[in-house]
Amino acid sequence: MQGLDFSIVPEYLPLIGKGLWWTVVISVVSALFSIVAGMGFALIVLYASPLVRYPVRLFMWLFMGTPLLLQLFLIYFGLVQIGIDIPALWSGIIGLSLHFAVYNADIFRAGIASLDKGQTEAARSLGFGAWQTRFYIVVPQALRNTVPAVGNMMIALLKESSIVSMIGIAELVHSAQLVISETYRPFEFYLTAAALYYVLNLILEAVLRGIERKVELSR
Amino acid sequence: MDIALIGRIIPVFVQAAWTTVQISLLSLVLGLAVAALIASLRLSHLAVLRFFGAAYVSVFRGTPALLQIFLLYFGGPQLGIQLEPFAAGAIALGLNIAAYMAESIRGGVLSVDRGQMEAARSLGFGEGQSMRWIVLPQAAKLMIRPLGVNAVALVKGTALVATISVVELTYTAQRFIGSTYKPFEIFAVTAVLYMIMVYGLTLVIDWLDRAYAEEA
Amino acid sequence: MTDVRPMIEVRGARKFFGPLEVLKGIDFSVARGQIVAVIGPSGSGKSTLLRSINHLETLDGGEVWLDGVQVNQTLARRAFEKHINSVRQQMGMVFQHFNLFPHLSVAENIAIAPMKLKGMAKADARALALKMLDKVGLADKIDAFPARLSGGQKQRVAIARALAMQPKVMLFDEATSALDPELVDEVNLVMKQLAAEHMTMVIVTHEMRFAAEVADRVIFMADGAVVEEGKPDDLFRNPVQERTRSFLKKFLNG
Repeated sequence: MQGLDFSIVPEYLPLIGKGLWWTVVISVVSALFSIVAGMGFALIVLYASPLVRYPVRLFMWLFMGTPLLLQLFLIYFGLVQIGIDIPALWSGIIGLSLHFAVYNADIFRAGIASLDKGQTEAARSLGFGAWQTRFYIVVPQALRNTVPAVGNMMIALLKESSIVSMIGIAELVHSAQLVISETYRPFEFYLTAAALYYVLNLILEAVLRGIERKVELSR
Repeated sequence: MDIALIGRIIPVFVQAAWTTVQISLLSLVLGLAVAALIASLRLSHLAVLRFFGAAYVSVFRGTPALLQIFLLYFGGPQLGIQLEPFAAGAIALGLNIAAYMAESIRGGVLSVDRGQMEAARSLGFGEGQSMRWIVLPQAAKLMIRPLGVNAVALVKGTALVATISVVELTYTAQRFIGSTYKPFEIFAVTAVLYMIMVYGLTLVIDWLDRAYAEEA
Repeated sequence: MTDVRPMIEVRGARKFFGPLEVLKGIDFSVARGQIVAVIGPSGSGKSTLLRSINHLETLDGGEVWLDGVQVNQTLARRAFEKHINSVRQQMGMVFQHFNLFPHLSVAENIAIAPMKLKGMAKADARALALKMLDKVGLADKIDAFPARLSGGQKQRVAIARALAMQPKVMLFDEATSALDPELVDEVNLVMKQLAAEHMTMVIVTHEMRFAAEVADRVIFMADGAVVEEGKPDDLFRNPVQERTRSFLKKFLNG
């Protein structure tokens, strides 16, 4: 038994910090993409012609039924074999974004379906067209009503962003692995990484609570 | 689509899927047991116990499952814990999902009307008896769906043990993508097997939920 | 010379909900500046009739005309969408449940249609919102959100929202039915004020007293048909039809 020795951790903190920074960047970018794409999917599933709707539904069904890690392997190791070479960082962001877009789409779809029919009628009675009504009235309300559910997805996204380390993106887990390959101290550095995720998670939860309160205030 | 290839690889993938099923079941059983314990801590009258329950949930839900697996498998030996990849994966996943399942169980218990406990106590049932005979049977119905969501997440989460070389579905898929240069065929076979498990499980949960709902 | 064409004309309006015929060939017209109240038991089709003027319900037969333009004309999908949007901009609709937009402030609720549909500048739209709010006595609520308003205030904002599009007619679909009794008067007052300004109005209502007070003409509907219509004094005091008599008797006693 090797025992634990945390005294060597501070020496490697700058390197870990770099990984932490990339975890934040990847998570924030993927979160934004997943929300925009999720709303796009939701609108397609609800309103688009069958020709567009069914392929999107099939895609959503596929992505909901399979693990993120498998999806990342397909995008990064798979697409390159048919000539689509996406760099690791973008593969990771695309994979995370699509994976969570599918879940967000489901949340948005339910959010839109639960809106009062009177909202659409009021907008149409003022002379708004169908897509104008969706853009100005339906989408903003659905976004606000789904803040808690989408927030939970974003909390999951932050943690699952660790999985992109498996395709070699130098985020938090990956930089911990680099340090471990040098120091042979897995427990210390994985625990350090876990602690940093925990702090990020607390910050994200606080931010989400802030957003929820702000939305709640303007009701 | 290379149909011949698909035909050739299917036996290997079914074998791998069986490993995924085994690890899912093991983690599920372990997860439910630990979750029941954590939920009872969370619902305890003693502040200390409540604190430990809450800390467990907060730590396991606040950090990535991947790191929990790495800590046990790679970090374990430093603490004298030597585990095979399969065992390490199943245990780490079980401990992880337990945190989520504990919250599902607690949510179910808390959504049973307080008046039920009061009525039971007024009849002379003790605290534990009231929980056992009156509250839990009602709460169980309310837990089916959230626990089902946890179980589905767990099945998809088992892919993470590929990272510690457990030869399950995702690990096998990655190996074959690398060696056959046929990513879509491999993805299709893997996806179908995952979806049989995931959507099969969803059907079972729907059925359970309906069966119990009718009883109410 | 005054325009003698009616502002609203409905000819042979028919509507089915499944096998149920809810409008059995309705004819009526509303002159410029006239105020028509439509009364009748629930399920009589009066709301459906009003909603089909705004094309929120699609008629299965018959025609609706607004100021010389057919509302429910047959056009290709895209062309009809354009046509109906422009027709609706000329009609103000007030709903039983207000249907204010909860994600927008009071000012934004009123300003959004003039801004997005008429290209009005933001400052002008806000000034317009203030003017309309002044009219309904709620200028001080301009930056409030709908959830902070009472039912009566919500409905007055909804009226202001409709008025901001400078409609040719106002349609009221049981505007006070969802309100607590003590909040009904403030909404009725606004409607009376509009009447005094000679706004053309169709008012579907449960309130006989208000209908008698404000309407130039009252239409009594039952089972999807017009049973009787006339001046309020005549219809309320000396109804001709037995059906009207029994309805009024129940209502005035109860």
